[in-house]
Amino acid sequence: MVLGTYKQITLARSTDKQIQKISQDGGIATGLLSFALDEKIIDGAVVAGPSDEMWKPMPTVALTSDEILAAAGTKYTLSPNMWMLKQAVRQYGLEKVGIVTIPCQTMGLRKMQSYPFGVRFMADKIALDIGIFCTENFPFESLRTFISAKAGVDFDLVEKMDIGKGKFWVHTQDDLISFPIKETHGYEQNGCKVCLDLVSEMSDVSTGSIGAPDDWSAVMVRTESGDTAFKQAVDAGVIETKTIDEGKFGLEMLTKLATSKKEKAMKVIDERKAMGLPVPYKASSEKEDPLANV
Amino acid sequence: MLARIKEFLGMEAKPTEEVASEQEVEKVAEEKPKPRIGYIHLSGCTGDVMSLSENYDILAPLLTEMVDVVYGQTLADVWDMPEMDLALVEGSVCLQDEHSIKELMEAREKAGLVVAFGSCAATGCFTRYSRGGQQAQPNHESFVPIADLVKVDCAIPGCPPSPEIIAKTVVAVINGDMDYLQPMIDLAGYTEAGGSDLQNKVVNQALCIGCGTCAMSCQTRALDMTNGRPELNEDRCVKCGVCYVQCPRSWWPADRINMDLGL
Repeated sequence: MVLGTYKQITLARSTDKQIQKISQDGGIATGLLSFALDEKIIDGAVVAGPSDEMWKPMPTVALTSDEILAAAGTKYTLSPNMWMLKQAVRQYGLEKVGIVTIPCQTMGLRKMQSYPFGVRFMADKIALDIGIFCTENFPFESLRTFISAKAGVDFDLVEKMDIGKGKFWVHTQDDLISFPIKETHGYEQNGCKVCLDLVSEMSDVSTGSIGAPDDWSAVMVRTESGDTAFKQAVDAGVIETKTIDEGKFGLEMLTKLATSKKEKAMKVIDERKAMGLPVPYKASSEKEDPLANV
Repeated sequence: MLARIKEFLGMEAKPTEEVASEQEVEKVAEEKPKPRIGYIHLSGCTGDVMSLSENYDILAPLLTEMVDVVYGQTLADVWDMPEMDLALVEGSVCLQDEHSIKELMEAREKAGLVVAFGSCAATGCFTRYSRGGQQAQPNHESFVPIADLVKVDCAIPGCPPSPEIIAKTVVAVINGDMDYLQPMIDLAGYTEAGGSDLQNKVVNQALCIGCGTCAMSCQTRALDMTNGRPELNEDRCVKCGVCYVQCPRSWWPADRINMDLGL
């Protein structure tokens, strides 16, 4: 159960050429949200949109497919998307909100829905949550520092960043530079070290590149609402699917990385507990499944 | 009835399940004795009970079929406080107001469970800023969360608590669903709250991940996110504690969430 509960796991990609061109991998977040908007499954979406500064995302309420498209592609730094939910519901008056969340944000979202202590009339307005796979996240200055130091590239010239095959990849117009992902250790934000969730276990639909070949994404469909939206998108031909490889570069890889994130986090959680530091999760000795996200 | 409320709250993972079981739930709800509830109004703005009344769809059946309101200003025509299953206390308690203190003490004596309802009762909230010297009672200066004076069984922070959390809590109380209430039982001890908790208990403790849930939940918009961390505007903070309570890194109800999602 290191991948959480799901109804379906598959490879998928957006069939739209424009999305394929600019999206990170299979363009599932972009394609599915666009489709959901067209089909009125959602009436707007909170996404990590562009800001004034290159590579610094700004949580944005997207009301059109163009605005969703403008937010395509992974930014390896913090975009507090949960923050923008309030604007989506209060300022924009959205009744059916789509949102893209990394696992920690998915957890904040679901906790708010189950226990909406101070959050009025919002829990029932979340129509579709697309969870993104996440190994760790970087503060903006961390990202800028290691890109310029390790890749030796001016930050403004970077056209795409990517993590895969154990490396951090930096694309510029002329070059493709890479360095081992290990070299980014020490730059990641510390809060990620206790995180037990690689695959957004509580989202409606999870997606990410791990376990998928180039230009495809692995997708896990988890909830009823996720299932309905994803099936509709596939039926409409907006998203195409193919069976995920069970082997070393497919499901096995995804399982391995999810397990390893959990094992590392449990070590940190146990150490923190021993030091008397607070941590919201149970120690290994306190739970049946030592890798469960509890 | 209970099924209808659960459906309204989205608490049923699969609302389309057979009608038979729905009727069974309804039957159990009808057979269970209605909890006797008292409403004690201390130093609060009435916002909490207004939030309760914002459960428009279910308010009438809630008040008539599911609970007995046996005591409370404007809610029941009763002078002497009766024995109660549950006392909802709104507002902090003023140490210069002997009537408030007496009423609170009496509620503790006569109620099986005392609930700090809303942030004023739970954490002191906005009344924490009081320094007295104001009309109509210039000597009323010191306001504290009710847990400073009596044992509190359960706290529902919020300024005000959302209509949904109130309805969910009532359903949990009627069902004896202690798992759902556990976080509120734990929060009874959280009496010193403020936006600075995010800095002290989350950021300083290497737990913040910059998700933005705190800033989303802040009811006075005292929080912004700057470089992926909460930034507090102290002038706007009312010390309700909601930011810390909603933070996914303060406490983590994984089992309940999975149940609610049907996962």
